[in-house]
Amino acid sequence: MRAVLTIAHLTLAEARRRRILAAALLLGVAFVLLFALGFHFIARDIRAHGSPAQQRFMMSFVVMAALYAANFLIVMTSVLVTVDTLAGEIASGVIETLCTKPVPRWAVALGKWLGCWVILAMYAALLCGGVLVVACLVGGYTPPNAARGLPLLLLEGTVLLTLALAGGTRLSTLANGVTVFGLYGLAFVGGWMEQIGTLASNTTARYIGIAASLLVPSESLWQLASHHMQPPIVRDLGIGPFSPMSVPSPAMVAWAAGYVLIALAVALRLFHTRDL
Amino acid sequence: MAEPALEAQALRKDFGPKTAVRDLTLSVPRGEVFGFLGPNGAGKTTSIKMLLGLVHPTAGGGRLLGEPIGGTRARARVGYLPEHFAFHEWLRGRELLRFHGRLLGLGGSSLDAGIEALLRRVELLEAGDRCLREYSKGMKQRIGLAQALLGEPELVFLDEPTSGLDPLGRLLVRDVIRDLKSRGTAIFLNSHLLSEVEVTCDRVAFVKEGRVVREMTLGAAERDLEVELRLDRYGPSVLEGLARFGSDVREEDGHVRLHVDGEERLPEVSRWLAGQGIGLYHLAARRRSLEDVFLEVVG
Repeated sequence: MRAVLTIAHLTLAEARRRRILAAALLLGVAFVLLFALGFHFIARDIRAHGSPAQQRFMMSFVVMAALYAANFLIVMTSVLVTVDTLAGEIASGVIETLCTKPVPRWAVALGKWLGCWVILAMYAALLCGGVLVVACLVGGYTPPNAARGLPLLLLEGTVLLTLALAGGTRLSTLANGVTVFGLYGLAFVGGWMEQIGTLASNTTARYIGIAASLLVPSESLWQLASHHMQPPIVRDLGIGPFSPMSVPSPAMVAWAAGYVLIALAVALRLFHTRDL
Repeated sequence: MAEPALEAQALRKDFGPKTAVRDLTLSVPRGEVFGFLGPNGAGKTTSIKMLLGLVHPTAGGGRLLGEPIGGTRARARVGYLPEHFAFHEWLRGRELLRFHGRLLGLGGSSLDAGIEALLRRVELLEAGDRCLREYSKGMKQRIGLAQALLGEPELVFLDEPTSGLDPLGRLLVRDVIRDLKSRGTAIFLNSHLLSEVEVTCDRVAFVKEGRVVREMTLGAAERDLEVELRLDRYGPSVLEGLARFGSDVREEDGHVRLHVDGEERLPEVSRWLAGQGIGLYHLAARRRSLEDVFLEVVG
């Protein structure tokens, strides 16, 4: 375990020293400030002209739009932070002196996963926490079930982070990035197929979407999170772009958690069995 | 009797249809400086990587310090300097050594003291707090050497340790190897610089096409002399007679050449020729360099 923590610490130190943390922090704060500015003026107008129901709907809409953008950034960051962590060190040969130390290879890979996950968690906390704090302080609005929804966004990032780690054990950095973003694209399109299939009562399209979600359960986690974090009337009526027509089953959360564990186990195994 | 520092039995590595190492069988006793020589593509680096567990053998096995290769227990007592030492360039010299020390399970003041001693040994004490990306090629090689010596390993693999070093740097490496040997550390040295190998190694193995084709102790090589004779006459009976003093007797360019084991053979040859009534106009003995042997074995 000590080796895992040492590698995780090194991964965090690398992110700090190479200014990855600084860039994420700076632009994360800029994201929250921009949202705060826009939300301040929107909330002022809503309060002046809208009924309480309209106010609630509009605030929910703006907060969900911000969380949608935050979710996209979390997805990107989870892949970009992880895509090179093993692949790059394998290509450069840095990994050789690490793996000739009395440390099992699984500890090296797990330490890197942990280090990247901590960065992801901090980034997600900054963006999503910032949006919620601004919504509460500026608009007096808190989305419902945030404690249920936000962990799903972190889980979504964790799914992609783990895929990027697994890919990095065998693929070059670029091939790994293209592959993981491609898989995310499949899940994204699959999610929309499921929604449109449900809306059009097309069972085949819906099943294609569900199959894509099982392959990469990232988009369905966002759908479930957005379902939880909207006012009941909005989500029950299915109004607004962030209300899924087909709400993913809670079992999808268990599947995604199991998916992370399986993908991580596969990553550790692939790294263990490869030649360096 | 102590286990050898290194034992390999019929190690083989195939990369698809290509065989990188065909049959690596060798043993290195503790405290020996062992040279591992061969042309490019002979499978030297792959062999080292198999012994260190970086590359999984297709067949065969081995032990490092009595532990099976590939396991973490053996690696706790082994140091390794790769041919192209790469590292996290954003780290400082001391940080790199501290990080690798922690991976070895070291810590606290003993690690700090060890780091200072190693930095002093590789003459990087002043540069220890500089970022590694600012290091010259030679400094990078030296910090890599320090990394390989962390934790006082009992066996050290050095893959081209003098690559990129100036003559002073090479001397430093030679001194480090001498220190390690005096402490009983076994060294597995892969180098193309045969003159370095000749000075530092006790024994060498020549690898060709993934197989150890010859092993020799360098003390024995020093006794091996190539003798060139110019005689007023010679024939098959003379060549046959000279064969009692050495080996590989042959006629080339009007000279007779043979290998003898030690210079005390030279007066014996001269006396025998005089006894046969053969005029000796020229006798020259030349010690065969490791390069000569290398060319003969793998050329």
